[in-house]
Amino acid sequence: MILIERFGVTIMTWKWFFKVIVDYWPMFLRGAGVTLLISIIGTVLGFAIGLIIGVIRTIPLSDNMVKRVILKIVNAILTVYVEVFRGTPMIVQAMVIYYGSLMLFNIDMDRMFAGVFIVSINTGAYMAEIVRGGIISIDKGQFEAAHAIGMNHIQTMLYVVLPQVIRNILPATGNEFVINIKDTSVLNVISVTELFFQTSSITGNVFRFFEPFLVACIIYLIMTLTVTRLLRWLEKKIDGPEHFNVIPGNQMQVARPEDLAKKAGQ
Amino acid sequence: MDNIIEVRHLSKWFGSNEILKDINFNVKKGEVVCIIGASGSGKSTLLRCINLLEKPSGGEIFYRGKNILSDKHDLQEYRTKMGMVFQQFNLFNNHNVLGNCTVGQIKVLGRKKEEAVETAMKYLKVVGMDQYINAKPSQLSGGQKQRVAIARALSMEPDVMLFDEPTSALDPEMVGEVLNVMKDLAKSGLTMLVVTHEMGFAAEVADRVVFMDKGVIAEEGTAREIFNNPKQERTREFLKRIIGN
Repeated sequence: MILIERFGVTIMTWKWFFKVIVDYWPMFLRGAGVTLLISIIGTVLGFAIGLIIGVIRTIPLSDNMVKRVILKIVNAILTVYVEVFRGTPMIVQAMVIYYGSLMLFNIDMDRMFAGVFIVSINTGAYMAEIVRGGIISIDKGQFEAAHAIGMNHIQTMLYVVLPQVIRNILPATGNEFVINIKDTSVLNVISVTELFFQTSSITGNVFRFFEPFLVACIIYLIMTLTVTRLLRWLEKKIDGPEHFNVIPGNQMQVARPEDLAKKAGQ
Repeated sequence: MDNIIEVRHLSKWFGSNEILKDINFNVKKGEVVCIIGASGSGKSTLLRCINLLEKPSGGEIFYRGKNILSDKHDLQEYRTKMGMVFQQFNLFNNHNVLGNCTVGQIKVLGRKKEEAVETAMKYLKVVGMDQYINAKPSQLSGGQKQRVAIARALSMEPDVMLFDEPTSALDPEMVGEVLNVMKDLAKSGLTMLVVTHEMGFAAEVADRVVFMDKGVIAEEGTAREIFNNPKQERTREFLKRIIGN
């Protein structure tokens, strides 16, 4: 009896699962699109914020008193930024920033903009530390060699250090990207129409919870798996070929019979 | 003869350790000067002070008569005139061989890419690495890396080349190829300041040998004077230790 009932439930579940997909796929798709958009822009902007902060925080202290004081103040502000955004939940930040900007500054933010903004500065706070770690881990000799040929701090960073740092922190950035895809779901508290929000709306229409969220679950998984694969591919591309070609000099250009035959065959 | 570099009363402290004490010496244009001495005698620190990778604690350094320690001096521009070769090569890991030799020319000297490539190829030929322009530093042997590092420094067409123990991190069989390149450079009339443990090299190419001991210049003179007829007891002891075994 129970077995038949269970069996019935299972059939019901699959029926609803496919019905939800067929009836509501445009909503899922739009939700997934918004989720991807916010997490891509958020990760890219956060990455940029992290790089800039990382470079500023590794500027050597100047002998000039004024420059020294300015740098110290900037560093203090950056430290506060990193600690505050790392130390509070994003869901709370979303509430504080979205409603706070309306109450305190009378700015009615576009929800989508607010979403991108919150994810970006949140990612930036984490990336700043990741970048700093990446810069510290680069051999001191790389900095010295760059300085020795006359590069200043910015040039050293742009042309020597950061390209190496970016390669080294790609796995950590991929982590942030995956976290962002999942954590944009908290933006539903300020009604950003991302995948979680859309799925919630669908549950309101069909009065079932399991099936719509099962679909959402699968969509999230597809997005995160795709992103990790793409980043792995990017890492390989940056590393370049494993072998290099020796460019033969003139003294090595001895014509062999098989080469001549090949040439004649062309 | 013109002094291209003049060092006056140079001192350097690391915390409470005095590494260099009242160093005075000159390098003339076209001269090859080898600095020898035991580990910890301050010879590398002296070299690093000359291109300001270490900031001197006291004294003055003149480059073509201008004090490079004054605030008004352009540090970056000065460093392009001082080619530096490191013990650990320090090739840029994110660039291939050609990139290592062109990035400084393009970004610091503002040369056009074609000009930079042409100059780089010229010096890569000098060190015999022109066939390896596509290789990344991690794909090269120690001797090859050091030769590329020399080409990188030469590509900036500096006034003076500084070598900081360029063969100390190499396997014995690779020391020769690097020393041969340096001998060719010495003969071409380049001004060179070489910190080295290779006494045979110093004896062969140095116009002047400077022996350092415990942060001071203990003795200086021609290679023949220092190696065949050292005046100071500590120079004699050092040479006996080095050449004796």
